Amino acid sequence: MRFELVKRPQHSKLFSALSPFIALVLTVICGALIFAALGKSPVDGLYYYFVEPLLEVWSLHELAIKAAPLILIAVGLSVCFLSNNWNIGAEGQFVAGAIAGSILPVMFPDFQNAFVLPLMLLMGIAGGAAYGAIPALLKTRFGTNEILTSLMLVYVAQNFLDWLTRGPWRDPAGNNFPLTRRFHADAVLPELFPSSGSAHWGIVFALVAAVAAWFMISRTIKGFEVRVLGESPRAGRFAGFSAKRMVFFAFLLSGGLAGLAGISEVAGAIGYLQPVISPGYGFTAIIVAFLGRLNPLGIVAAGLVLGLTYLGGEAAQISMGLSDKVARVFQGMLLFFVLGCDTLIHYRIRLVRDALTAKRS
Amino acid sequence: MQQSADVRPALLETRGLTKVFGTLTACDGIDLTIRRGEIHALLGENGAGKSTLVKMLFGSLEPNAGEILWDGQPVRIPSPGDARKLGIGMVFQHFSLFEALTAAENIALSLPEKVPVSTIAERARTLSQAYGLPVDPSMLVGDLSVGERQRIEIIRCLLQEPQLIILDEPTSVLTPQEADRLFQTLERLRAEGKSILYISHRLEEVKRLCDAATVLRHGKVVAHCEPRLETAASLARMMVGNAVQAVKREPVAAGTAAEALLEIRGLNRLPATPFSIPLRDVDLTVHAGEIVGIAGVAGNGQSELFEAVSGEALQREASTIRIRGKDAGRLTISGRRLLGAAFVPEERLGHGAAPGMRLSENLLLSRHRTDRRAFFSRLGVVFTGAVRKASQRIAADMDVRKSGSDPEAAALSGGNLQKFIIGRELDRQPSVIVVNQPTWGVDAGAAARIRQALVELARAGSAVLVISQDLDELFEISDFIAVMHDGRLSNPMPTADATSEAIGLLMGGAEPGHAAHEAAA
Repeated sequence: MRFELVKRPQHSKLFSALSPFIALVLTVICGALIFAALGKSPVDGLYYYFVEPLLEVWSLHELAIKAAPLILIAVGLSVCFLSNNWNIGAEGQFVAGAIAGSILPVMFPDFQNAFVLPLMLLMGIAGGAAYGAIPALLKTRFGTNEILTSLMLVYVAQNFLDWLTRGPWRDPAGNNFPLTRRFHADAVLPELFPSSGSAHWGIVFALVAAVAAWFMISRTIKGFEVRVLGESPRAGRFAGFSAKRMVFFAFLLSGGLAGLAGISEVAGAIGYLQPVISPGYGFTAIIVAFLGRLNPLGIVAAGLVLGLTYLGGEAAQISMGLSDKVARVFQGMLLFFVLGCDTLIHYRIRLVRDALTAKRS
Repeated sequence: MQQSADVRPALLETRGLTKVFGTLTACDGIDLTIRRGEIHALLGENGAGKSTLVKMLFGSLEPNAGEILWDGQPVRIPSPGDARKLGIGMVFQHFSLFEALTAAENIALSLPEKVPVSTIAERARTLSQAYGLPVDPSMLVGDLSVGERQRIEIIRCLLQEPQLIILDEPTSVLTPQEADRLFQTLERLRAEGKSILYISHRLEEVKRLCDAATVLRHGKVVAHCEPRLETAASLARMMVGNAVQAVKREPVAAGTAAEALLEIRGLNRLPATPFSIPLRDVDLTVHAGEIVGIAGVAGNGQSELFEAVSGEALQREASTIRIRGKDAGRLTISGRRLLGAAFVPEERLGHGAAPGMRLSENLLLSRHRTDRRAFFSRLGVVFTGAVRKASQRIAADMDVRKSGSDPEAAALSGGNLQKFIIGRELDRQPSVIVVNQPTWGVDAGAAARIRQALVELARAGSAVLVISQDLDELFEISDFIAVMHDGRLSNPMPTADATSEAIGLLMGGAEPGHAAHEAAA
């Protein structure tokens, strides 16, 4: 006896639209079960996790800070995934962008004027894009699998940052802590509403990127090229589009946006470089991209939901003494259920009784 | 070998087997008798219904009417598993082997029960010796030649101890030497009393090997015969049919002053994959106002030729392909379109059209460069309204029947989608159009509409190159016919002088002119 996935002749439009919400509900139900299994009250758990962070203004600012990099990265990834390029290394491009963007404030701290911040942002974009170009080059030139190369490059970038902050870039006046010098005032990304909370311009970049990407994908010839090459490579070749150039376009765009997210995080929320600058934004953004159905506007909503899981994880740690790893569990369940729902929209499960195996067992 | 076939008992019989797809009757009342210990040939052009018939025998398709008798007993074959249990084995034309696994592991994967790989390797080795199928079960499939891969498929089939073995175009991928070895194996199997259903277009090998033959044309049995008593020419005539329509219009005289719009000079191309055919010294000129047809059995280099001419594959020399007198060999498909050429590939879904995209978006697929001004702003923003309107106009011109105003390509029937794809190109009034299989799998009404449109385009002064496996179609619309065989193209002959017999022989590879090419290569 075995299970087979049989393609449905037609998939339901209704359930395609509902699938992210079904996935959310299933995640909440399973979350409640996990809280119960841990011996905590599921009601309290869900409250601290999903409701409490939304009740305070400063907390909403925190949500914007967490959602900004998720949305920025996921928008780039959606273009990548739509064109059938699997960039799993946004986390590395995020770090590369943060490092490249930090060159000015860390190595040239005396260079202080109004040009510093724009230059940092551009260098962050360039750094992320250049780092994304490596798997693109390997894929087009040598036919390597971009999933593996982009993922492995994440660890290279993380270890490089670790070495930098403990070695050459360590703040001489920093009591031997593995931190760079604090960015000077011209190198800090300003807060949007300093009176009410600490949300910085990163969320604005994210929203602008989402709208621009949505317009590009749905209204321009470039977006058409992305979708054709992703859906049907042979038809793309017939149209005269180059699959190789698309690999570079997708990786440079998603790498650049991840780099922008990286430098925004460092210049906005943190203010200096340290060995670890991301709680896995680059990986969580993959979930955001799929939860948002690879639609940049959907990704804005999905980014807020996933941002909430980070805040909820912190809140549950403080209020209930749960490990912050619970946040990762929630994110994992969410991706699992989104992909599961999508699969079941396109396929149904059939139970096959195999006469031969039945006889033998 | 025993004598007169009729004394041997029948192993498998079909009576009135019929399969209908929509408006197309792929198999129409097929009567077939395969006796024990006989190699039975199934002959027919592409689209004659051979694969449909075989799929019904192997349980992949269910017949709409008629019955199948196995050993005289009526049987139902709902799945390939049931076919195997009856004792029917099949060796497919395209192999399903994992290159990263060994031959024995590949065989193990296909067996329903769990047997240790070492046992299978042992059994495979025994079989390979017994039947003269030299192959080492411990070799990685990726390192094996195409002929050796086929032997694995045959061994895999023999392990199930079938009474009837179906071979689909087994020699199409083999070298002559490998084919000879295969024939010896088949003769040994016949001597053991096993039956073989042998599907092929190659008339000489059918004559040499087979005891009986059933010829299909347009889904019907047109003849049962004994191939040894026939000539290749008479077999070809049965396959292709005598009833060739009279050419509808005055053929263009060779060497007229008409401008050469498409020129192919000494086109060579190495095979891109193990299953593709190299192109060898292809020469062809298509003048303004004429339709040149390329006939040939599928898989003799037609798709490779299409890719080369369309620019999906580039040439080394720019002068190899000339479009409207300009060198185009180094231009991409977009560059060739800008010179005034248009292309229609064989596969509709996934090549000529993106299945999940709307018709209007599929219009952009081939016209985003040539109609840039009409469809985009300077910054590349699509004028959705203009594109929709153009696609509606094409749908109306070509009588495309669709549900909704702008449905996804995959929602259209094959014929209607093909009308849209052809209309999309004709709407540009191209000076050169290259069409691969214009009416493949298209119902009769749509096929007539498409042919008419191609003739009108040529009449209006364009050069039309049609690659088709449907000889009737080529006789109907072309001024000249050339035949593609094994990557070579014969000299085009005026359709008025061509007979179906001559074309059929060329399709089987018999052209004296080829010998000279061989020596040169």
